[in-house]
Amino acid sequence: MNFTLKIWRQRDAKSQGAFETYKVTDISADTSFLEMMDILNNNLIHEGKEPVAFDHDCREGICGMCSMHINGHAHGPSQAVTTCQMYMRKFKDGSTITIEPWRSAAFPVIRDLVVDRAAYDKILQAGGFISVRTNSVPDGNAIPIPKADADESMDAAACVGCGACAATCKNGSAMLFVAARVSSLAKLPQGKVEGARRAKAMVAKMDELGFGNCTNTGACQAQCPKSISIAHIARLNREFLAAKLKD
Amino acid sequence: MSCFLTNSSVGKKVVMSVTGCFLVLFILFHMSMNITMLFDWASYNAICRFLGANWYALAATVILAAGVAVHFLYAFILTIDNYRARGKQRYQVTVKEKGVAWSSKNMLVLGIIVILGLGLHLVHFWSKMQLVELMGGHASIVDGVAGVQATNGAAIMMITFSKWYNVVLYIVWFAALWFHLTHGVWSMFQSVGFANDTWYPRLKCLANIVSTLIFIGFAVVAVYCFMTSDALLIEEMIAAENLIH
Amino acid sequence: MAYKLDAKTPAGELAQKWSNHKAAIKVVSPANKRKLDIIVVGTGLGGASAAASLGELGYNVKIFCISDSPRRAHSIAAQGGINAAKNYQNDNDSIYRLFYDTIKGGDYRAREANVYRLAEVSNLIIDQCVAQGVPFAREYGGLLANRSFGGAQVSRTFYARGQTGQQLLLGAYAALNKEIAAGSVKSYPRHEMLDVVIENGEACGIIARNLVTGEIERHGAHAVVIATGGYGNVFFLSTNAMASNGSAAFQCYRKGAGFANPCFTQIHPTCIPVHGTQQSKLTLMSESLRNDGRIWVPKKMEDVEAIRKGTKKPSDIAEADRDYYLERRYPAFGNLVPRDVASRAAKERCDAGYGVNETGLAVFLDFKTAIERLGKETIKQRYGNLFDMYEEITDVNPYEQPMQIFPAVHYTMGGIWVDYNLMTTIPGLYAIGEANFSDHGANRLGASALMQGLADGYFVLPYTIGDYLSKKIQAPKVKTDTAAFDEAEKGVRARIERLFAIKGTQSVDDIHKRLGLIMWDNVGMARTKESLEKAIVEIQALRKEFYKDLKLVGDNESFNVELEKALRLEDFLELGELMARDALNREESCGGHFRSEHQTEDGEALRHDDKFAYAAVWEYKGIDNAPEMTIEPLEYEFVHRAQRNYKD
Repeated sequence: MNFTLKIWRQRDAKSQGAFETYKVTDISADTSFLEMMDILNNNLIHEGKEPVAFDHDCREGICGMCSMHINGHAHGPSQAVTTCQMYMRKFKDGSTITIEPWRSAAFPVIRDLVVDRAAYDKILQAGGFISVRTNSVPDGNAIPIPKADADESMDAAACVGCGACAATCKNGSAMLFVAARVSSLAKLPQGKVEGARRAKAMVAKMDELGFGNCTNTGACQAQCPKSISIAHIARLNREFLAAKLKD
Repeated sequence: MSCFLTNSSVGKKVVMSVTGCFLVLFILFHMSMNITMLFDWASYNAICRFLGANWYALAATVILAAGVAVHFLYAFILTIDNYRARGKQRYQVTVKEKGVAWSSKNMLVLGIIVILGLGLHLVHFWSKMQLVELMGGHASIVDGVAGVQATNGAAIMMITFSKWYNVVLYIVWFAALWFHLTHGVWSMFQSVGFANDTWYPRLKCLANIVSTLIFIGFAVVAVYCFMTSDALLIEEMIAAENLIH
Repeated sequence: MAYKLDAKTPAGELAQKWSNHKAAIKVVSPANKRKLDIIVVGTGLGGASAAASLGELGYNVKIFCISDSPRRAHSIAAQGGINAAKNYQNDNDSIYRLFYDTIKGGDYRAREANVYRLAEVSNLIIDQCVAQGVPFAREYGGLLANRSFGGAQVSRTFYARGQTGQQLLLGAYAALNKEIAAGSVKSYPRHEMLDVVIENGEACGIIARNLVTGEIERHGAHAVVIATGGYGNVFFLSTNAMASNGSAAFQCYRKGAGFANPCFTQIHPTCIPVHGTQQSKLTLMSESLRNDGRIWVPKKMEDVEAIRKGTKKPSDIAEADRDYYLERRYPAFGNLVPRDVASRAAKERCDAGYGVNETGLAVFLDFKTAIERLGKETIKQRYGNLFDMYEEITDVNPYEQPMQIFPAVHYTMGGIWVDYNLMTTIPGLYAIGEANFSDHGANRLGASALMQGLADGYFVLPYTIGDYLSKKIQAPKVKTDTAAFDEAEKGVRARIERLFAIKGTQSVDDIHKRLGLIMWDNVGMARTKESLEKAIVEIQALRKEFYKDLKLVGDNESFNVELEKALRLEDFLELGELMARDALNREESCGGHFRSEHQTEDGEALRHDDKFAYAAVWEYKGIDNAPEMTIEPLEYEFVHRAQRNYKD
């Protein structure tokens, strides 16, 4: 297969970026999208040009590192996968593929397709944890948890923190990310103890970092590689309101 | 307590949700009132008289106006926030995500159309009715027809909707409202946290029913007036209302 | 100068060793902890849990990771689960049984005391993770569920769908975030350690490169902890993440830390087969699939050929014509034999010509029987995400046709030598998790890597590091303007400049792929004296070529992935040779190390306990010199070494 690639190139956060066009040829349909990028980069190196910087690591869809906006879709046109799990058979031979970095004020571009997602770390540092010390805990079976609750907690915990939600949202809102963590812990008795504090602190940090406001479009859920439901956003709203009304 | 409604993203959405809910309830009330027009214009006018420039109707009007103002002001604040959050550099290619309603991404535009329609509506009706009474008057000239009592809603409606272009304008307005509410009605539940995967289909269904009901309820009355309006009927209405005063 | 190795194994009964040791080692008072700085490099399960626990204790901790967030570490990709001796299933599990299974699984090449301690603290890990909010799978009664894993006859594996590693890492990362918020831990993401600084024979800091700006930074501390995982990427193709590397560990080795058993590599039996030369990464299918999947190849060569040609589908082959070779050879454990055994058995069948894809390098993992027995829904619930992933990659629906799998490099049991306190041969320098060598011997059992990372980080290092730091309570803050730091930084800068100056014609990946092939062909699943000698010569030649012909683009002053890769490859080119040398020295087969000259009549690994019951610890002697080996004898006081038997 052959493709024309339109890729965003930008030297660093301060530089002005622009699209550049490249061609790749003889790509097998079984090649993954990132392997196709590897091939392009190896070609560029041999031409003495700088390769396209892009984030990637595990290539199994779990680390959340990859972050490309491909033909208008976060992580590309396949549903419920990360960029690394996209295969070239999903694209039409001879087509042009436009590749952009995440676009969000809270995710400044570091280079080419690489963005800075430190804001997500900061939100979790604000309260995305249960305050227990190492070794001062009860037996694992001391607290029975209904299977349905554990399952729902796991649904939310599947978030890989890739940033697709905020990158997709027309409002640049990080609500799905924040909600996934708040909701995952809120469904467990261990997490409920400091649930109110967590919801307030994480929402406040999210707002402070300049993410936008959720308008319930559901675009995040449609593009989330782990299909995390906006029902978790409803739970976050509930947790937050309940916490605030108690103040 | 007061501050989270103004300084947090979730709080601001709650304000949108609560004011939106209030406005939907008002619209539903207004629509039911209009429906009486289909059966008996005299009864409709009786309601109009009841809702003249008295303390309770004025209080309600002030609260309603405040609701509209807050809803509108917050919409602008949220939109400005969101525009900033999106960043300067935009995507070159964007698509419509699967399962994402068009209206959900265009609430502000729809809202502006609704507000413009509302302005027109106030000029057409409120300025001839409650406003006239507030100014101490009783009757005014409606679209060239003189001596129409401020409580004569039926006649004002008949006169206004006898013009085809007014009917078209109002239907466009109702359509924008329909789009706005198909997202707004279920969204207000989401924003206060009353929603989950089981309830999304139900809430979205409710939103469609409410918005469609509102569209039909209003549109039917406008079209009915256009179809039945004639000079004799309007004269009869004016005479009847003058008789009461 | 050979090492004087002291494993510091405590005396006494096996079950008492850890308690006795904890009672004997020194502690640091809270007031003094505040004055002590610790650097943790790597934020996987080991690094994150250690940093969080040390921060909680009151030390000042700095953490470094190469990715944009601590949460990306490759521990996240572990799918199947984590072992613990809870005996919640009432199947007569115990700490001793977990210890014994692990020692036996490692083919008697691990330290008894370390492994026992691992089994002992395994239960605490589960409790800790539950309290952190890890959503482990549960039964309808609300209690924790378990599944089975290779090398065990009990169900002791705790899991969170197919994402156990992710959930455990998010737990440790959350603990870390709590400490970052509290100010006790400072995080340095997108930073790569390029050297460890030694002063007066003790570790006192690191040189790190800021991967965004290219700045070379100095960081001083009273102790340095290496938690940077394994070096499986020396093979280029492996299940490791693309950025996983052996460089941090290798810098320690260069600076004098002993490197133990580098040849012990785990080849995981259930990976998606290689499909072409453009591939950059192998994808693992969880070992948990072997709970319900059955592994087979056709019995008849004509069926093999028909499948390769596409004239027959695998599902067309009759039961009687299928060779469920693991069930045939190992009736007691069946499809759940340890990884090394399963991998070699697959290789044996493929070498005999029964491989089922075009390359001849694949066997089937079939769920037909399980679907018939349990129904498609149950299988979907258990493995749905793995099945979807398989279909996404291969375009084959595993509910209808069996999966094709083949072994691939997955984990390295070898690593930096550490004593019972997890301290390397350099005082003040510690190594935990996959980066050290201590607990898995010659083969690691499934679901034990997560266990070891968290055991070291939560429950071992936070205690044992105090013993060393108690001697440092009078020490002032480490100064970074000393000669040792100057020299280390100069060395790092020289290394980088040298690579840019080569201006050759081959990219990093070009050379890395060639190294990978040399390693896979000669230091892979089966090794011989000849292949290993050949590998050493070829790697040395490739290394020369690297220094002559590398093409490195970009500059040092900005985000430059090629430079990162080149520096890592430089280390791999030495590490690969070290692995081959170690494999050449170890003239026996054990666990993941299989020397074709040393096998039993039915093709099993044949150990030589009389000669090789030791850990081989290598000391760096310069890039062009052979390293020097010191042995740490592995005394077995409590377990009788036997030929591993998974047949009955």
